[in-house]
Amino acid sequence: MTDHQHTDVTLSHEDRAADSTTLFGFWTYLMTDLVLFASLFAVFAVLRGPQFGGASIQNIFSLPFVLFETIVLLTSSFACGLALLAAREGKVKGTIFWLCTTFVLGALFVGMEVHEFAGLVAQGLGPSQSGFLSAYFTLVGTHGLHVTIGLLWLIVLIVAILKRGFSRGNMRKLALFAIFWHFLDIIWIFIFIIVYLTGSL
Amino acid sequence: MNWQEFIFGRLSWSVLPQNAIAWGGAIFMIACILILVGVITSFGAWRWLWREWLTSLDPKKIGVMYLIVAGVMLVRGGTDALLLRTQQATSVGNSFGILSATHFQEIFSAHGSIMIFFVAMGLMFGLINLVLPLQIGSRDVAFPFLNSLSFWLFCAGAALINCSLLLGDFSTAGWLAYPPLSELVYSPTTGVDYWIWSLQIGGLGSLLSGVNFLVTIVKMRVKGMTWMRLPVFSWSVLGSMSLVVFAFPILTVTLTLLYLDRTAGMHFFTAGGGGNMMMYVNLIWAWGHPEVYILILPAFGVFSEIVPVFSSKKLAGYTSMVYAIWGIVGLSFLVWLHHFFTMGAGSDVNAFFGIMTAVIAVPTGVKIFNWLFTMYRGRIRFTSPMLWFIGFVILFTLGGVAGVVMAEPPADYELHNSLFLVAHFHTMIVSGVLFGYFAGLTYWFPKFFGFTLDEKWGKRAFWFWFLGFILAFGPLYLLGLEGATRRLDHYSAALGWQPLFAVAGVGAGMIAIGFCCQMAQIVASFRKRHENRVGNDPWGGRTLEWATSSPPPSYNFAQLPLVHARDAFWASKHSGVPLEGQFEDFSMPKNTGAGIIIAGFIFLLGFAAVWHLWWLLVLGFLGAVVTLLIHAFNDDTEHLVTASEVMHLEAGLRRTPSTI
Repeated sequence: MTDHQHTDVTLSHEDRAADSTTLFGFWTYLMTDLVLFASLFAVFAVLRGPQFGGASIQNIFSLPFVLFETIVLLTSSFACGLALLAAREGKVKGTIFWLCTTFVLGALFVGMEVHEFAGLVAQGLGPSQSGFLSAYFTLVGTHGLHVTIGLLWLIVLIVAILKRGFSRGNMRKLALFAIFWHFLDIIWIFIFIIVYLTGSL
Repeated sequence: MNWQEFIFGRLSWSVLPQNAIAWGGAIFMIACILILVGVITSFGAWRWLWREWLTSLDPKKIGVMYLIVAGVMLVRGGTDALLLRTQQATSVGNSFGILSATHFQEIFSAHGSIMIFFVAMGLMFGLINLVLPLQIGSRDVAFPFLNSLSFWLFCAGAALINCSLLLGDFSTAGWLAYPPLSELVYSPTTGVDYWIWSLQIGGLGSLLSGVNFLVTIVKMRVKGMTWMRLPVFSWSVLGSMSLVVFAFPILTVTLTLLYLDRTAGMHFFTAGGGGNMMMYVNLIWAWGHPEVYILILPAFGVFSEIVPVFSSKKLAGYTSMVYAIWGIVGLSFLVWLHHFFTMGAGSDVNAFFGIMTAVIAVPTGVKIFNWLFTMYRGRIRFTSPMLWFIGFVILFTLGGVAGVVMAEPPADYELHNSLFLVAHFHTMIVSGVLFGYFAGLTYWFPKFFGFTLDEKWGKRAFWFWFLGFILAFGPLYLLGLEGATRRLDHYSAALGWQPLFAVAGVGAGMIAIGFCCQMAQIVASFRKRHENRVGNDPWGGRTLEWATSSPPPSYNFAQLPLVHARDAFWASKHSGVPLEGQFEDFSMPKNTGAGIIIAGFIFLLGFAAVWHLWWLLVLGFLGAVVTLLIHAFNDDTEHLVTASEVMHLEAGLRRTPSTI
């Protein structure tokens, strides 16, 4: 019995090291994603000028709609934070509730974005109309794709927590997910400012 | 869209090779695959191969597999080079050589892409996998499964680029596929798509490896190995991997945007519709210039290990070496515009990038002088790794000076797009990167196989490569100064260039003989493995990898070393303070086939994207995701190795010396 406990102690030391390595690895991955978005922002900045076919940046979207989208995403991030707090207190029900809230709000955000895109395409303002629209759809769409991947990850996470509770692995995955979700928030705030706010001026 | 188009996309009988040389390539490739499959089957080795190699997460095995794939791709890229040289030596005046203009363009595009992505990168990641964990005293990399996945993605990319030998054509747009030529209007076939997807998949593997090794060096160094005790090879890998992390996402974006242009009719880089093709050139070089340093930094690191060991002295100027690496890392992001001074960005912009380019020669010069100072008054052994180093110093310095010449925008206006440029960058990549990795392979080979490489064949290989290189690329400098542009498939006899092109052809042939010598070296070394068997430390090494047995156990070190000084192993040998720490329990990753299976699905995805087989694309994507999920839900990925087990194993090893 004592032998067994001894093994456990050394392993948990190893586990702690593994946690910190995974966390650092995930941050490094996020930096690569940041460079990816930086490149897309640069592309957008270059191509936002010319408006082939008359679609200028001012008249392709409505600011209140985008503002609501923003609030939805930020609230989902808030819910994600509450889920993390509930998990740290060991409350399975609370965690699942807030994760589901995160999911619903995230899905609403993606739905609104799809709606916006579909509306533009229906008006004949699809991504193949001009360099500006290509850049707009790709930048905003890449963010939307990230959110969608995040939603899939969230489903997996909810299933994992329901199956195994707050195992060490699940806690780690939950923390990483929260970082990812907040990261997407920050990217969106840049999109909101650089694409929509400066575009509406 | 009718059902045939849905099922077969752009595939049809007409995509098979159209001429004898192309058929030759395709048949040769298929024959090689069949022979390989036959040999493995006849030895009944599939199960062994799967269990011991294909599913292995051991970086040492992954490293060996990287080297094998890179070697195979070197044959492919080298054959391309021989064809190009033959064409340019014979296609003059009324003779039109052996290749059509289009085929010539496909071959130089394939040659460049393959040599950079699948040879140089493969050799680099192979060496890093082999040496880095040992050198920092670690049992493994930070993310063993990710490492396996990276390798198999690299293989998937390599396989996809070779598919173009049999099915469809390859890009004719050069190794960086500048638009508008690479756009759908001017390149309507699958060539550019092959280029995009093989680089995209291989590049994704490189990006994941970059994250993995960066984290490995930051987090997995053994106790006592503070930053300023880190061996210079590891420092250079850290520099190189930082560049990977910051540069490769730009490549991912650029390739994706080009594919969107070609497939979804977007206008990022098109001539019309508000696209901006110079943006492509900026983006691709914002990745491409750091890429050059990604390749060369670990080669610098290799020389920083070899020169002290074979000069029996410590490295001169360790600290300045470290600062030089980071100087190069920083500056390498500030020089990309020198690839297109003629864009017309204006004299201020050109002056800035010209000066930055000249400045980056300073940290590189620091490194050259430090290696020379290390040799100065040292007890030098002229083994073949040392010969590669000396060949490198001579050629690389000359090629580097040619680079500084071209860094002056006015000179660049004359020299750009000429063979002078081609000669310059081949000097940097062949005599810099390749010579460096060849030196490293010779140097570290006994560590992983337990016997040294045959010196006689090694020296022959060096001399053929070295002299062949001078003959192959010396004439290109001269031709470039005479005004020969790159990528010429035919020229007028009146120019009088043929003799120089013929000399270059002879040089390429000599390099090919040099490569054959290396193959002979491996065979000869294997035959003489018993007489060439060596202990843990054949060269008088200074760093931790020489402290463990040759070949090392899967867990690298029975007892993790305790580092008290820079050059820890050397210090321990000379002070008598033992390096070994305690025996302790540790866990090792279990083998998994998830990496190769996911990469297989990603290969299908890439193939589908090239041929517009949208059903297969969805299938490949879903397959990869499902496999990844199954792997993520598998908790049984590690096994515990106890201290007593290790003691047992080690005692057994000492009784019966390993025999291959």
